[in-house]
Amino acid sequence: MKLKVDRGFFSWLFIILSTLVLIFLQDHLKWLSTYPKELIIPFDHWLNLGMGFLITYFGWFFMGVSWLLEWPIDGVRFVLQSLPWSVVSFLICVFAFIAAGWRLTVFALISCMYMVFIGYWSESMNTLSLVAISVPLAVLIGFGFGVWAFHSQAAKRIIIPMLDIFQTVPAFAYLLLILMLFGFGTVVGLIASILYSFPPMARNVLVGLGRVPAEVIESGLMSGATNRQLFWQVRIPSTKRQLLLGVNQTTMASLSMVIIASIIGGTADIGWEVLSQIRKAQFGESLLAGLVIALMAILIDRATYGFAKNSSTYQPRSSMASWRYSLIAIAGAAIFFLLSRFIPALDMWPRELEINPARGMNEGLEYIIINYRAAIETIKTMAFFFIMLPAKIGLQGSVSPFTWGFELQTWHSFSYAIVLTGVSIWCGTRFNMQLGFMILLFAIFFFIGLTKMPWPAIMIIYTYIAWRLGGLTLAIGTFFGLCFLVVSGIWPEAMLSLYLCGIAVILSFLFGSGLGIWAAHNSTVSAILRPINDTLQTMPLFVILIPFVMIFKIGEFTALLAIIAYAIVPAIRYTEHGLRNLPEGVIEAAKMMGCSKQQLLWTVKIPLALPVMMLGLNQTIMYGIAMLVIAALVGTNGLEQIVYIGLSDGNFGLGLIAGIGLAIIAMTADRMTQAWSYKRQKDLDLQID
Amino acid sequence: MGNHDGGRDVKLSCRNVWKIYGDNSDSFFMDQGGKVDDLQGHVNKILQSDHIVANADVSFDVYAGEIFVIMGLSGSGKSTIVRCLSRLVEPTAGDIILDGENLLEKSADELIEIRRHKMGMVFQSFGLMPHLNVIDNIAFPLKLQGIEKVERYSQAERVIELVGLQGRESNFPNELSGGQQQRVGIARSLAVEPDIWLLDEPFSALDPLIRKKMQDEFLRIQSKLQKSIVFITHDFQEALRLADRMAIMRDGMIVQIGRPVDLILNPVDDYVKEFTTDVPWESVLCASDVCQETSGSLKGLGRVSADTQIDSLLGYLAKNKNGVAVEAEDGSVLGIATATGVLKALANGSSVPPAKVKVTK
Repeated sequence: MKLKVDRGFFSWLFIILSTLVLIFLQDHLKWLSTYPKELIIPFDHWLNLGMGFLITYFGWFFMGVSWLLEWPIDGVRFVLQSLPWSVVSFLICVFAFIAAGWRLTVFALISCMYMVFIGYWSESMNTLSLVAISVPLAVLIGFGFGVWAFHSQAAKRIIIPMLDIFQTVPAFAYLLLILMLFGFGTVVGLIASILYSFPPMARNVLVGLGRVPAEVIESGLMSGATNRQLFWQVRIPSTKRQLLLGVNQTTMASLSMVIIASIIGGTADIGWEVLSQIRKAQFGESLLAGLVIALMAILIDRATYGFAKNSSTYQPRSSMASWRYSLIAIAGAAIFFLLSRFIPALDMWPRELEINPARGMNEGLEYIIINYRAAIETIKTMAFFFIMLPAKIGLQGSVSPFTWGFELQTWHSFSYAIVLTGVSIWCGTRFNMQLGFMILLFAIFFFIGLTKMPWPAIMIIYTYIAWRLGGLTLAIGTFFGLCFLVVSGIWPEAMLSLYLCGIAVILSFLFGSGLGIWAAHNSTVSAILRPINDTLQTMPLFVILIPFVMIFKIGEFTALLAIIAYAIVPAIRYTEHGLRNLPEGVIEAAKMMGCSKQQLLWTVKIPLALPVMMLGLNQTIMYGIAMLVIAALVGTNGLEQIVYIGLSDGNFGLGLIAGIGLAIIAMTADRMTQAWSYKRQKDLDLQID
Repeated sequence: MGNHDGGRDVKLSCRNVWKIYGDNSDSFFMDQGGKVDDLQGHVNKILQSDHIVANADVSFDVYAGEIFVIMGLSGSGKSTIVRCLSRLVEPTAGDIILDGENLLEKSADELIEIRRHKMGMVFQSFGLMPHLNVIDNIAFPLKLQGIEKVERYSQAERVIELVGLQGRESNFPNELSGGQQQRVGIARSLAVEPDIWLLDEPFSALDPLIRKKMQDEFLRIQSKLQKSIVFITHDFQEALRLADRMAIMRDGMIVQIGRPVDLILNPVDDYVKEFTTDVPWESVLCASDVCQETSGSLKGLGRVSADTQIDSLLGYLAKNKNGVAVEAEDGSVLGIATATGVLKALANGSSVPPAKVKVTK
């Protein structure tokens, strides 16, 4: 018996007992199970009023901005659309070559050919023109904010949370705001994409400027640099790589938001194409269009990343090289332009030569679905009955002859209680107290069901965990965030979001860590997983939905799978990274003490890699919530669905409140996991980059 | 130049300099000036109010053309004091006098001018601009002054030759070895032809063999240029090799200042003595340190100059029982160095416990 009875033990005990008391009481006190309707504060209504006021009195201003922004969009769009595809493709290939060499050039060529042959060239160019306008603007804005935050602590305290908000409040929630202010049209996509994509730039600028070695700054000062010289000739050039990484992330964010924003329609771009095909249940077509997005994303990602990578390997190079590239680009473009005057197919690919494998794909899919219906249905119902339903409404609600094959009787419940209490006591004494209590808590959750838990109990537990992990400030912030969810009346939906996202995150983390451990010990697995991860990570979220909708139709299970597919990536990556980058000396020492492979993994490697894995969990949660919002399209019931309904019904206030609700969940989870990870890092004296 | 000391010009003078880190660091020096009556008491007072004392009442002079070494272990405040000298770190109290003018009273613009023309600094981890090649790195201070490319390249080329980096001009720092990178750092700091040259542990990041070589190079360059140098190191041996005079620092305070041999022969406390115990005395002591005055005849004795190192005399003394006469620069005889005298001096410095010697009748 190693159980330490201290303050931590009693506070845990208090949490468990109060939870049980609250569960018991909620049958008698109605307000414990559902927050009274008449006490709900109508934030959404107020927001709508404020919005109306804003439009009435300042509408002209936003319309003016909108009018100004239309010009560059139309300009770029005109250029990209009127140039022959052969010219644009050639320029893209030259760009790819400069950025990352031959392999990417070949990839660029294939991608362009695909867009042309499949008949999505013009849509792709519309998307590209929006990205082309939004990226420079977002980079400039992000740079400005980053530099400002770097120079002023006061500004930083405001800017950082602002960046968090822009990155965590789902775009669907503020698309409507933009739509109402700036009017219908491509401008909405542009502004949404700028708002979403400038934060990564700002963050990278801030990080980059902060990471310039002190001695480089000092040597700049000792060389007699003025403040301006120090900034432009020392700080900025020596942080170039980080800045270009920022450009890379900004570009990817911009593309994904341009795609998402096409949900409001009227853009005739590739995102709209995918969406409308999904809505028409034409999966072949949607997959083909989705592939265009995927190719574009990979191409843009590798090219911008290529620039960032090159920037840190300085080599003696004459300035002739860049001249040569421009010359080749101009000459080649001219040649293709002339050729296209004589060969019309190089200008506009003729419709009759387009390839359309969509029908074949649809038939193939139908064949699969018809022949494997039984298997697909089984998977779906198993997952639903044994995992999703119990998590949602608890074992007490989900166990029935129809689902589990027997009626839940008192002795079942008793044995469940006894067995799990036993397990948690065993774990608590054998390993560590926290684990024991966590298991106990989890058992209670699984029995009662997340949506059936009294809201004060969840508030207490969540705030307590926040306090344990991140201290008083985080606990207070978390508490008020949860209060907002309660008083604005979106608590039940928030629990539905939490339930779906929670299951997805837990499964992603379990499977992802497993794969990560495997990949860390097996180079072949690692080599196979890497391109898959890369692709999943660069793929815009819409596209990930497609294959799952095709097979499993719409519903929560499809949403779950889509979230897992996306959120598993960071879990794999961080686990592998953490395990592969352990301090060499410790591993060697453990081996020399005679650790077996298993012992080495469980007693040395994993505990040491845990802080990194926790950062992976953090990212898994963030990815999960991002995908959850998109998954609203395939029919879920949580906050994300309210956001989506707010958007389609034109109820700005409602959508924004739900969006803020999601952001609260995301931000508290983010702070908790980070705090935990940094605490462990500090305890273990590890340096994590 | 106003300050004279023993006929030598004082180039740079550090007077009662304090550096305190903390929220109210200024509050400890109401009347300006870092002079305090009770040094340790004042330090304790500052420490008790949760402030960090990086430098406490540091004073020293650097003479024109000398190598002044500040030696201390990590955390002793040596890096802070060299940064105070260049105002990379703003001293909390005290004065820094450069060429008779107080550096701390200079405006930001004046300071930039001083750094552009009078000061050069070399850093432990080189502080090279990663995005510039060798020649651009070296010409960087000149570029900041707005000097044309042709002009600054020709100036840079001169120092490149001085540090022996010819042919490496278009390489980037990441393509150079540590020793080569520090040559770039040295060349850059010399490109503006500064009067005062600050080196903050310039060779500490290098391998021992390279370090030795760089020390030789450094001495060679200094013999040509005759700069006034403040050299920071944590390596006592390095300090001995390079220093004209040296200061030992501990806990932000200067423990002792003097010629290396003064420190070895007369350490002020056990802390200084600990450094000197591992020193090979025979290579530090000179003939003048071991000679004894004599009134006897000097007939038949060989003569050596006062600064002859002992180890180079050992062979001669082993053969000549009567020893050797030591003469000063002006030719006058200071005394006689004998094998016994040398042994006595070495015995003084030995840290090995004396062996038990049995006395037989």
